[in-house]
Amino acid sequence: MSDTAATASKNGVLSAITNIFSKGPAKPGESFGAPGQGSSVAISVASSLGLLLLWYAVTAMGLIKPLFLPSPAVVFDKFVEVATEGFGGSTLLDHTLWSMGRVFGAFFAAALTAIPIGVFMGVNRVMRGIFDPPIEFYRPIPPLAYLPLTIIWFGIGESSKLILIYLAVFAPMALNARAGVRSVSIEQIHAAYSLGATRTQVIWHVILKGAMPEILTGMRIGIGFGWTTLVAAEMVAAEAGLGYMVLNASEFLVTDVVIMGIIVIGIIAYLFDLLMRWIERLLVPWKGQM
Amino acid sequence: MGLQVDGVTVIYPGRKPGEEVHALENINLDISDGDFVVALGASGCGKTTLLNLMAGFIAPSEGRVTLDREAIEGPGKERGVVNHVVTGPGADRGVVFQKHALLPWLTVFENAEFGLKLQGMPKQERTETASRYLALVGLEDFHKHAVYQLSGGMQQRVGIARALTSNPAMLLMDEPLGALDALTRENLQELILDVWRETGKMIFFITHSVEEALFMATRLVVMSPRPGRITHTYDLDFQQRFFDCRDARAVKSSANFIEVREKVLSIIHGDELAGGGNHV
Repeated sequence: MSDTAATASKNGVLSAITNIFSKGPAKPGESFGAPGQGSSVAISVASSLGLLLLWYAVTAMGLIKPLFLPSPAVVFDKFVEVATEGFGGSTLLDHTLWSMGRVFGAFFAAALTAIPIGVFMGVNRVMRGIFDPPIEFYRPIPPLAYLPLTIIWFGIGESSKLILIYLAVFAPMALNARAGVRSVSIEQIHAAYSLGATRTQVIWHVILKGAMPEILTGMRIGIGFGWTTLVAAEMVAAEAGLGYMVLNASEFLVTDVVIMGIIVIGIIAYLFDLLMRWIERLLVPWKGQM
Repeated sequence: MGLQVDGVTVIYPGRKPGEEVHALENINLDISDGDFVVALGASGCGKTTLLNLMAGFIAPSEGRVTLDREAIEGPGKERGVVNHVVTGPGADRGVVFQKHALLPWLTVFENAEFGLKLQGMPKQERTETASRYLALVGLEDFHKHAVYQLSGGMQQRVGIARALTSNPAMLLMDEPLGALDALTRENLQELILDVWRETGKMIFFITHSVEEALFMATRLVVMSPRPGRITHTYDLDFQQRFFDCRDARAVKSSANFIEVREKVLSIIHGDELAGGGNHV
């Protein structure tokens, strides 16, 4: 009895899934059977507005205490207040600048080291042999797990914060640069040698250029990781910064500042991502074209 | 003078330890100035390996390959590679599509002058040279185009122009027209013949198409697999008949052409019936 019920519901789920992939011939301009095709922008706008509305509704009806979830209006007021008067000793702009300084500082330091190391790992088996074990070992460890060690080694000042973000950014950038080098087509390399190129010229004019799309992908992933690690980095002995602001607010149960801070962090991270995508289109318009 | 392949054998390690694949066995081939040599044969007959030997991408296990009596030790600008297929263990499986060796971050013109730039030729000289060869392949109006926006046939023309700029003694082409539609393919056959007559380069050209091989070759080399070897050689002059009448269809449908075509086809089919095809 329960067996047949289970089978029936399994069949129901299966047919629901297969229906998505086969619903008759495709309309002109669409391709038959391509999963998930069509624009989703309108739906995304509706979903975002829906969430906002839900937030407004549950707070307006008093279903959740403001201590746990303040209303959107209160959060917005708080945004204006912190932007003008400040919170925890600094204005919102100061917090943002501190955080961006840390993320970008670590990001540029990582870009200057991780990309060359990744490229060397791609073109040279000795370098790959040397750097592969440490990077692959620490890469999956959450930064919070080695935060205590960076504090013991580098103190509670700026350097331990920068190093923590740096480490989080380093691995994806190096590994993507390495993968980019390995993805360069051997036909292009051979063609360059046949045109009289030296090894250095091949690395400079073919391999580095060919690896650019993946290097940029690594930078995009890296800056995302850096921003993610920021709050952890600002947990200890920071005096300003968005992560510090959120943590400080949570200690005093100032939930509206916590939520406002989270939204600001999210928006800035999204803007970074848009910026990196724009740079990608500008620098590597050929990506995925050949 | 010219290019000599002298008693060349190439043995790859097989998929299983201790197994050996004789990609080429005792190949002898002389290509002289002005020769247009076309290699034809069933899959796995070693024609791609032969081209890669001439390009200097692989070394022979036995024998030697020389250009103007100098042993070929690695790729060089005197042997212009228009396109090639990378060989080696595992590379013989399935269909290998020729990937374009053009550099997508450079324009058509920048691709054409790429070799000259690396060789350190002054700007004005290399602009003249690249423009001349782009005009030769009919791309004078496409200097600023991105290569990835061009059709397959036009990309091949950029590849030919680029290989020519270094003024190589010979051009190497591994199925350059394989991925093109029939009309473009015939146009490019004529273009390559004209470029060959204009420049007088030696050409080593690989194709799967018997018709293409007969039409273009001054010498046709038919190869056979397991082990890869040359079984038949024909001296042909159909391209001269084309130069006389400028009518490719007339040449390709002449009684003589069809007769030779059927003869070569029966040889290749014989190989495939004997188990020469690529059984994976």
